[in-house]
Amino acid sequence: AALKDGLRSQVSAALKEGRVTPTELCQRCLALIKSTKFLNAYITVAEETALKQAEESEERYKRGQPLGILDGIPIAVKDNFNTAGIETTCASNMLKGYVSPYNATVVQKLLDHGAVLLGKTNLDEFAMGSGSTDGAFGPVRNPWSYSKQYKEKSVPKSHSKDEESEWVITGGSSGGSAAAVSSFTCFAALGSDTGGSTRNPAAHCGVVGLKPTYGLISRHGLIPLVNSMDVPGILTRCVDDAAVLLGSLAGHDPKDSTTIQDDFKPFELPNLTDVSKLSIGIPKEYHAPGLSSEILALWSKAADLFKNAGAKVVEVSLPHTRYSIVCYHVLCTAEVASNMARFDGLEYGHRSDVRDSTESMYAATRREGFNDVVRGRILSGNYFLLKQNYEKYFVKAQKVRRLIANDFGKVFRSGVDVLLTPTTLSDAAPYTEFIQEDNRTRSAQDDILTQAANMAGLPAINVPTALSERGLPIGLQFIGRSFQEKQLLTVAKWFEKQVQFPVIQLEEVKRHDSGVFQHQKSASFS
Amino acid sequence: ACSKRGGAVPAGKSGIAPWIPVVGLEIHAQISSNSKLFSGSQVQFAAPPNSLVSFFDASLPGTLPVLNRRCVEAAVMTGLALNCSINKKSLFDRKHYFYADLPAGYQITQQRVPIAVNGSLSYSLCIDNKMSQMVTKTVRIKQIQLEQDSGKSLHDDTRCQTLVDLNRAGVGLMEVVMEPDMCCGEEAAAAVRELQLILQTLGSSQAVMAEGQLRVDANVSVHHPGEPYGVRTEVKNINSIRFLAKAVDYEIERQIEELENGGTILNETRAFDSKLGCTVPMRDKEGKQDYRFMPEPNLPPLILYDTKSLPANMNHQQVINIDWIQERLPDLPSVKREKLVEQYGILPEHSFTLLNEDGLAEFFESVVKQTQMKPKKVIGWILNDLLSYLKQHSLTVKESPVSPFLLADLLNLLEKKEISSTAAKQVLAELWKGEGKTPLEIVKEQKLELLWDQKELEQICQAVIDGQENE
Repeated sequence: AALKDGLRSQVSAALKEGRVTPTELCQRCLALIKSTKFLNAYITVAEETALKQAEESEERYKRGQPLGILDGIPIAVKDNFNTAGIETTCASNMLKGYVSPYNATVVQKLLDHGAVLLGKTNLDEFAMGSGSTDGAFGPVRNPWSYSKQYKEKSVPKSHSKDEESEWVITGGSSGGSAAAVSSFTCFAALGSDTGGSTRNPAAHCGVVGLKPTYGLISRHGLIPLVNSMDVPGILTRCVDDAAVLLGSLAGHDPKDSTTIQDDFKPFELPNLTDVSKLSIGIPKEYHAPGLSSEILALWSKAADLFKNAGAKVVEVSLPHTRYSIVCYHVLCTAEVASNMARFDGLEYGHRSDVRDSTESMYAATRREGFNDVVRGRILSGNYFLLKQNYEKYFVKAQKVRRLIANDFGKVFRSGVDVLLTPTTLSDAAPYTEFIQEDNRTRSAQDDILTQAANMAGLPAINVPTALSERGLPIGLQFIGRSFQEKQLLTVAKWFEKQVQFPVIQLEEVKRHDSGVFQHQKSASFS
Repeated sequence: ACSKRGGAVPAGKSGIAPWIPVVGLEIHAQISSNSKLFSGSQVQFAAPPNSLVSFFDASLPGTLPVLNRRCVEAAVMTGLALNCSINKKSLFDRKHYFYADLPAGYQITQQRVPIAVNGSLSYSLCIDNKMSQMVTKTVRIKQIQLEQDSGKSLHDDTRCQTLVDLNRAGVGLMEVVMEPDMCCGEEAAAAVRELQLILQTLGSSQAVMAEGQLRVDANVSVHHPGEPYGVRTEVKNINSIRFLAKAVDYEIERQIEELENGGTILNETRAFDSKLGCTVPMRDKEGKQDYRFMPEPNLPPLILYDTKSLPANMNHQQVINIDWIQERLPDLPSVKREKLVEQYGILPEHSFTLLNEDGLAEFFESVVKQTQMKPKKVIGWILNDLLSYLKQHSLTVKESPVSPFLLADLLNLLEKKEISSTAAKQVLAELWKGEGKTPLEIVKEQKLELLWDQKELEQICQAVIDGQENE
């Protein structure tokens, strides 16, 4: 089976029928990881354990007792999820060499379904960033930098500059996971999403990025950035696959008191043909400053697509959108300051050699272990949490957060089913350009379209839509009602079918994917 | 110390206006439960270091708190017993500071809205050290909050290192805050003693101070009548109720002396040095700390129900019904005392002593059941003879070599006038040896029987007189 195949439709069937074995699949992915090493998508590749898992899966298939659709499927996991026996670093010096004794609930669930864990993917340090450029293991490169589509469109530079320096970022912070899925080294990957960290890189890497409703999927074992906004994110190559992953991960976890108690029933997505009963909302505030004309046009085209198919498309307003970044900044840094307090070098992780006193050891450990971005947020957060500032900043931000959430509530109560917005302001920037501004500035700019969904705890998904003029992916975002993932994904799937986003053409993948049928070529949206 | 129950200390040496000491208490009671407040690791005293530490207790990244139901029930019970309003919705917060015994860098506590508020505790004191006159006082309970205990750090100065044991980290605590309604060490001690008895009766905490299950910090200040409260100090490191009284009284005197000599009182934390019997400033606590309180995002608000508000289709394992707990509260010490007085006709001060000694009331009741002697007389034997013997030999009631059965047996002999009370005391002395003899056996051995036969008595008297004449 092709590495490019969707899980449900093709790979699973191929595994079941024995046309390909889990071991073969695993080996191919591992080989591809090696040949795409320059992407720097993986921090740790768990070759031995992956092959072992593949072997076990193969046994099950031989006995005719696979655990389900995910049995034998190679998966990658963002390196801020705890994986027992496999290093978990959060791309930070603070946790270099840290091997956790337990699996995050979502990791355990994947393993229980027979998935093959290929490795841990790269990210911005402690998930702080929108480029996957600020981690201790270096930046992640967007696979599309090396695609035929991008190379064809890129303006030839002077000879002295080689193509190396023109590579574009993946977006972040789950850039490694997005790149891994995008470059076919795995069939799905886990990311995390606090302000857009799954949807943003999904958009830049041309993959599906799902942010589930807060409380649907367990955070136990996900090293937190902002506990009240974090969710595990799902990155796949098509919407159906995202539904499969969701089905295996969602549900109450007694170890996470913020997961809802209600039973979750995994679902298969219907093939929607009639959208006439659908109401799509277009929030006018998402025509944000800095939105590229290209994306604006694409967004408009998408709205027309729904309209022409018979859906009701209405302009709506989310008036407090413009406050969300500032609000997010206060709440995020405050929680970061709190969550990072445990990294003191005593129980685990990096410990400085400075030993004059406990305090000096703490200080040196934290200075050595954290990068500027993390330390900056800790300082800001502590400032906002000071007694004299708490009311002015933290409490105020909580109130504004309530207003932002209410905006969505109002719109959904007025009859809108799903909102349609851009995911990013532009296509992926070249790395050299991206690092001209600091992390804080970039995050503030890039999170504007994704951030509010985290504030309100709503589900949202990026669907790759078309290629930009530079040959890079552009995605659009759908935001749904709380716990209405089925409806959200159904609409997303319909849209995906309409736009027929092109498959990335990577040399490396061609080499590894010889001889079998390819995913059907289809007219690109733009 | 307080004098004449008026609360004011008479004028100091310089003869100026009297001082009013003000004492408030912050008491941390370890909850008696199998596992910790937010994690499943076991709660056990004196286990090998770091043998009772879960991933969450060690603050491993990615771990989350899960609230222990039993701890909530313990807090509700305690709140009800202390006449508090139970908050049907209470919240958890993070209190941040860095210390080796606090792995997460913050403690989870209830700062904004605790589980119980506005209660009261009644306690009794004897005036002038005599058990004859008791007076009842009340102290207001400001609040009760649930919070995590910290681990223990031991400073090893010889090797310049600190050893950290996290066994205690995360154990559930109830912090009981008593308003500054007390005025001296004796009152503070009596209040804490009563709280201890209540907690032990409820079973919500074993409250043994020696095992660190009950820790008391005292807030002390003094002021002149009519003037605002003075600057207060916090006194920590008090390891017994006796030391509590000493520490508070010392601190009151120290403050009075300081002020009368023209000095000022610093708003500081002081430790009680039991060897020297004084309070000393604590090194580590300098200045006011800003704990940067923040809501605990991983724990939703704690919702409690009563019979009226309980939703119909709730899973009973997931809810706590305050009324249900109220109905099942055992008799509190004050009620028990009343019942003892009423049932047995003993004096109130007797009932205090009975309850003050673990197992003594049960011992007394057991004896009463097995003897014809009136309880009013039995009580004397219990409080004077039994108790003083136990105290002399540092024994608990459980360890008494004389069982209720034996004592009842003895008292029956006395009641039937088979022996005199002097003889009874002699028999008792013999029984203490625990050699397994019955009272009757001892009486026969030592020929302590009372003689009632007139003729026999005459014979004996005659023999004595005859014997005298021969000399």
